[in-house]
Amino acid sequence: MVNPNVEGKQYPATEAYLVGREKIREFAHAVKSSNPLNFDVLPAQAAGYEDIIAPPTFAVVIQERSLATVLADPEADIDFSRVVHGDQRFVHVRPIVAGDELTSVLSVASVKNVANLSMITFNTEIFDAKKALVCTAISTLIVRGEE
Amino acid sequence: MTHINIAGLEVGQVIGSKEFLLTRDSLVRYAGASGDFNPIHYRDDFAKSVGLPGVIAHGMLTMGVSVQVAVDWVGDPGKVSDYSTRFTKMVDVDAEEGAVLVVTGKIAEIDTENNEVRVDLTTMFGEVAVLGKAQVRVRL
Repeated sequence: MVNPNVEGKQYPATEAYLVGREKIREFAHAVKSSNPLNFDVLPAQAAGYEDIIAPPTFAVVIQERSLATVLADPEADIDFSRVVHGDQRFVHVRPIVAGDELTSVLSVASVKNVANLSMITFNTEIFDAKKALVCTAISTLIVRGEE
Repeated sequence: MTHINIAGLEVGQVIGSKEFLLTRDSLVRYAGASGDFNPIHYRDDFAKSVGLPGVIAHGMLTMGVSVQVAVDWVGDPGKVSDYSTRFTKMVDVDAEEGAVLVVTGKIAEIDTENNEVRVDLTTMFGEVAVLGKAQVRVRL
């Protein structure tokens, strides 16, 4: 069972992640995007962006890095081999753009232990180099208890 | 602004439907792109050892491809301001055949004041809906 005392806990900000053009293209290709703004600089700039923009779920790459710190936290006591993804949400102030340097701060919004399951919800706030909020990623993991 | 005129939209209107073939190749590609290297997404022996029927797709891959239907409609992925879903069923990906997802988007809510709409997505794997409450808010 996940330690309910980690509810409200905030983890230190991650190191800056520099969003590369090729990384966006690789991700866009993987989610089967055919949108030119994910691939080509000129149409992205014509649409008003500085560079190519990421698909709507790209923030998961940043969230993944933040989550790694929680999964490695002995206090939280999360057995990753028993984790399934329950739900996911991304709230965007603006899209992620190639060239962004992003840092993220993760906090544990809630921990619920029900029967043989734990449900843990995380908020990951993603900021750009000017410390402006770009996206909030909200994720619930379900941890199955020992049989 | 986009090419879409909000006044011409109706709740319930289908904005698009698209078929996506997920193969084992797609899963490996997504693992690399996203950094999620959980072996349940590429090793049958490991997937079976944790009680799964075999290799399953990343929920985030299903979420990521499904939203493309809304993106294709609006034309600009940067117009998606809020996207959420539950992962209700697993997508097992056959080594030879892969798995076919059929995604349909419908207008669920029209907010003329903020020039925004909510599109609800249905993602079917055969007869099974694999995402629950997949909702996309789009700025027009």
